Amino acid sequence: MNCKKVIQELTSYLDGVLDSDMRADLELHLARCTDCRVVVDTTRKTIQIFCNSEPVPLPEDVRQRLHTALMDRFRRNAKTI
Amino acid sequence: MSATDPKPLASAIVRDDEARLVSAAKAGDAAAFEELVNRYERKIFRLGMNITQNREDAEDVMQEAFLKSYTHLDRFQGDSRFYTWLVRIAVNEALMKLRKRRPNQFSLDEPLSDGEDPVFREIEDWGPSPEQKFAQTELNEILNSVIAELDPIFRVAFLLRDVEGISTEETAQILGISEAAVKSRLLRARLKLRQKLNKYFRRSETQ
Repeated sequence: MNCKKVIQELTSYLDGVLDSDMRADLELHLARCTDCRVVVDTTRKTIQIFCNSEPVPLPEDVRQRLHTALMDRFRRNAKTI
Repeated sequence: MSATDPKPLASAIVRDDEARLVSAAKAGDAAAFEELVNRYERKIFRLGMNITQNREDAEDVMQEAFLKSYTHLDRFQGDSRFYTWLVRIAVNEALMKLRKRRPNQFSLDEPLSDGEDPVFREIEDWGPSPEQKFAQTELNEILNSVIAELDPIFRVAFLLRDVEGISTEETAQILGISEAAVKSRLLRARLKLRQKLNKYFRRSETQ
């Protein structure tokens, strides 16, 4: 496997959906190629950093406005039934 | 169920429970719909914020997504999860916001290559815990700024797959594209984000 193929298969590899033969080939390449190893490692970290980032909080006033709008819609819906 | 029976997977419980709530809401049970809202409002608001990068737009996206899903609940046939259907409505609303507010910057077409290979331009290790180099608020600013720089077409694929944890198959349904196209956009998104984060996290920058 060459460097270009490693990049083509990177998403499947990181998602754990690469078939076992292909994964073995790719890991054999990684064992020899520092550049690809760094790209794979830092791309994995990129995903982890976003996954671990603080969730965006839902402000209470925004939530209240949503539920007020919904209650209004429920009431209108009940009248038309 | 006996003590030796295997427990159902949590995702299966959520899915069954969700179908029950949707069914009750379709029959006119407002409390059941309210329960669905309580379950997903935070996720939908976060998705709206991440796509539009604007609180006002995110609020509109969330409100429209829930009001439209309630109004058109009879159209939901149950061939996907309710959450997937809801996310599809929210993504469409968010993309409309981007089109309206930033018509010159927005395109759903695949952007032409900028001639730069995002892969092998900058290769440098980051060290074991790059995120610990920054305080939480500073890190949030960095993440927001790099994701905002990404083309919407790639940003949405990354947010759905990697931040919201939605499967490739469901992401393809939501975006109305093939699974191969989802994988291609996801690859570009991940590589571009990696490249953009490189300047903050590379080992030589932080030692």
